[in-house]
Amino acid sequence: MIRTRPKEQGDQAPPRTLTHRVLTARQTRLGLIMMLVMIVFALAGPFFAPHSPTAVLAKPYADPGDGLVLGADSLGRDILSRILSGGANLTWMAFAATFIGVTLGTTIGLVAAFKGGIVEALLMRLVDIMLTFPTIIMAILFISMVGPSRVILVVLVAIGLTPGMARVMRGAARPVMRREHVMWARTIGLSSRHILMREVLPSVTSPLMVEIGLRLMWSVVGLASLSFLGFGVQPPASDWGLMVSENKDGLAIQPLAVIIPAVCVALFTIGGNLFAEGAARVIGRTEGTRS
Amino acid sequence: MKAVEVTGLTVTLDDGSVIANDVSFSLDTGQVMGLVGESGSGKSTVGLALLGFAKSGANITGGKVVVGGVDLLALGPKELREARKKLIGFVPQDPATALNPAMRIGTQLTEGLLGGKKENLPRIRKVLEDVGLPSDDAFLRRHPQELSGGQQQRVAIAMAVAKGPKLIVFDEPTTGLDVSTQARVLEMVAGLCCDNGMAAVFVSHDLAVVGTVGDLVTVMYAGQILETGSREEVLLSAAHPYSIALLESVPSTRQRLPLVAIPGRAPAAGAKFEGCVFADRCAFVEDRCREAAPEMVTTSTGSQARCIRVEHVLQNQKLLVKEPLHHTENKGGDRQAVLSVRNLNASYNRTQVLYDLSFDVAPGECLAVVGESGSGKTTMSRCLIGLHEEQTGDFEMDGKPLPSRLRDRPKAVKQQMQYVFQNPYGSLNPRETVATAVTVPLRHFYGERGKAARTKAQEALERVEIPWRLADRYPAELSGGQRQRVAIARALACNPSLLICDEVTSGLDVSVQASVVELLRTLQDDGLSMVFITHNLAVVRSIGDQVVVLSKGRVVESGAVESVLTDPQHPYTQGLLADTLEVDRSDAETSDLTG
Repeated sequence: MIRTRPKEQGDQAPPRTLTHRVLTARQTRLGLIMMLVMIVFALAGPFFAPHSPTAVLAKPYADPGDGLVLGADSLGRDILSRILSGGANLTWMAFAATFIGVTLGTTIGLVAAFKGGIVEALLMRLVDIMLTFPTIIMAILFISMVGPSRVILVVLVAIGLTPGMARVMRGAARPVMRREHVMWARTIGLSSRHILMREVLPSVTSPLMVEIGLRLMWSVVGLASLSFLGFGVQPPASDWGLMVSENKDGLAIQPLAVIIPAVCVALFTIGGNLFAEGAARVIGRTEGTRS
Repeated sequence: MKAVEVTGLTVTLDDGSVIANDVSFSLDTGQVMGLVGESGSGKSTVGLALLGFAKSGANITGGKVVVGGVDLLALGPKELREARKKLIGFVPQDPATALNPAMRIGTQLTEGLLGGKKENLPRIRKVLEDVGLPSDDAFLRRHPQELSGGQQQRVAIAMAVAKGPKLIVFDEPTTGLDVSTQARVLEMVAGLCCDNGMAAVFVSHDLAVVGTVGDLVTVMYAGQILETGSREEVLLSAAHPYSIALLESVPSTRQRLPLVAIPGRAPAAGAKFEGCVFADRCAFVEDRCREAAPEMVTTSTGSQARCIRVEHVLQNQKLLVKEPLHHTENKGGDRQAVLSVRNLNASYNRTQVLYDLSFDVAPGECLAVVGESGSGKTTMSRCLIGLHEEQTGDFEMDGKPLPSRLRDRPKAVKQQMQYVFQNPYGSLNPRETVATAVTVPLRHFYGERGKAARTKAQEALERVEIPWRLADRYPAELSGGQRQRVAIARALACNPSLLICDEVTSGLDVSVQASVVELLRTLQDDGLSMVFITHNLAVVRSIGDQVVVLSKGRVVESGAVESVLTDPQHPYTQGLLADTLEVDRSDAETSDLTG
């Protein structure tokens, strides 16, 4: 009923594909490169390790030398080999947890926003209940009951991601539900699945991208923290989080054994975050003038 | 000395594109200049530049703005602020956001004045009376949100007038207001400037508004002034082809005229031109128009126009006078109504907004539903399509009862009844190409896929004059008019028998509106029935066969468009018609307004 003033009707940005625009923005490119380098490093690392990551080769906290490029850790194992093989688990587990958590959360959020009424109320209260449990403590509790298992770890982190994800996606989807193109889809009787997948989901990709970046970072940090606390990957296997915890007592003598794994975790998360945020910005710009 | 003198004003974007080019005009004390143009013409840019201000990303790169003997553009930041304080008032488009919601009206009005609140009170009361508002203490203690839109706009105007500036810039101040409020505000603005000896620049996209309020009318296009002169010169004997084309596209409440859209599409802000900026869309274009940018020339009627063929245009424009179209009465005959509505009641959050609406849509006819904001017209259209939940009433389609809720309606009904939304920016999925938008319903209703679907989509797009080469574009890459056409094509692809159009032209420029109205009229000639919801009586005249006038959720008058608009019976319709401004091309009977 509000009379809208005629808006800009001139030429808009030249027709390039969205993916192209996302990949050419400086920030996303930087983030993407950082993330890819870390993923390649983590996944290919084990094959380049000069020694076995579990073999005791020198005195604890030995200085670099004798074939150990970075020296030895608290038990006299090669730091370089442990770093190279300590990221693979973390990477696949973080991606798996993020994928499960994001999919679950997005589904709950979109369905809640679409259905409204009682369905929305029930789903969102369920999510609120999930939110009240402190994830890390729940994970610790659960793992101490059933014992550490990578699959359970992934599932637990995914469940930790779900409620926040659901809330954000419901919030993002609600205004989209009121948009005319969604109403149009309802007037001609398109299926709920078509409306959610084709009309709504593509319109919430910018918050989705940001969330994926943030949740990925969150699961990397979460998994590394659980390892650090001793509830993740179990010794003697190598893991960045675990390395920080194993070597923290020797921080003054052999700082590299703590700093490098911590920096690896940091680079991974910062890269993911830069990419997600940059992508969201580009997408937001492309969607253009809509208020 | 002139009150306001602008010479060679140029505004450039950071990337070097020029959005206002060599703008010059002058105003005497008490004169109002209407600055009219379509979206992207640079009219608001010029309005702001008169304050020595440019939006972020834009810079004033040349020219002079002399107000009351002071060249604003030559001043430093501090002096410029002082000069703005004393010399210039500004009234923005949306009063709801222009007024501070946390501040009382009295405080807000005295804020910009020298001296304390106490000593300024008598002056404030006087100004409030001038703008037609109460001036008692109770009113001064109110907050902006306790006022109606019209009152808010009056307060914003009072704020600008209170300090007694030499120049007031109005940036589309009546665009969001209803016609009756708009008429009151315009009347007040004209009187106010004259009485207080202020010059005013009134920026608007609406020719009728500018024609009512302005002593002078200036037409802008692509950042340039194309024609400027007195109201009579420009509106009655326009000399520039663009002014003529713009006037041709304005609908009238008095006659059913064929509307002529301007071919082509408005240039983007900052587009570069070799010769005349309008050459690509001009009906009078010849080769030398494209060679060099034309200079301003004084025409034989007294106005100034930027056109080298101006005398030729003036001699030939009589040819363009149009014959009014005739209404074909009772097209539907006694055939069964496509849609009949009986006793439709609807409420919104338990407040009733529609009361006992009953009407019929005859086959092949266009039923226009007209009403001001808050009349319930959008709720009504949503009820028809089944999107509104809180409603009771009996619908019949082709004689068969029609369930009121969307989910109870059979697929065939959903295919026969199509809805086109007001906002062309929201009605298309921003992530789907034009081709996809049109093929989705084809696949849904007819199971058409692949090549067959694309052929049909192409046919539908051709009917709305969208070339197939645009099919792979995204909505963001189309203009507003093109988007609205695609939305119509998408509805047509369903092969409907009834099209419900909710304010489909209100977000569009007049020349674009003209093309959409003409398109809908041709579809109607092909036998499509239509419900056309609008607030604009002139558009009703151009397209409607029958009309229903809604006020506060009730039908106050209905009947054939011809008879209702020629001889309205209900006082509400009479008032609405009287307040609807016209671009008067025959005589100047509105001149008493501006004095």
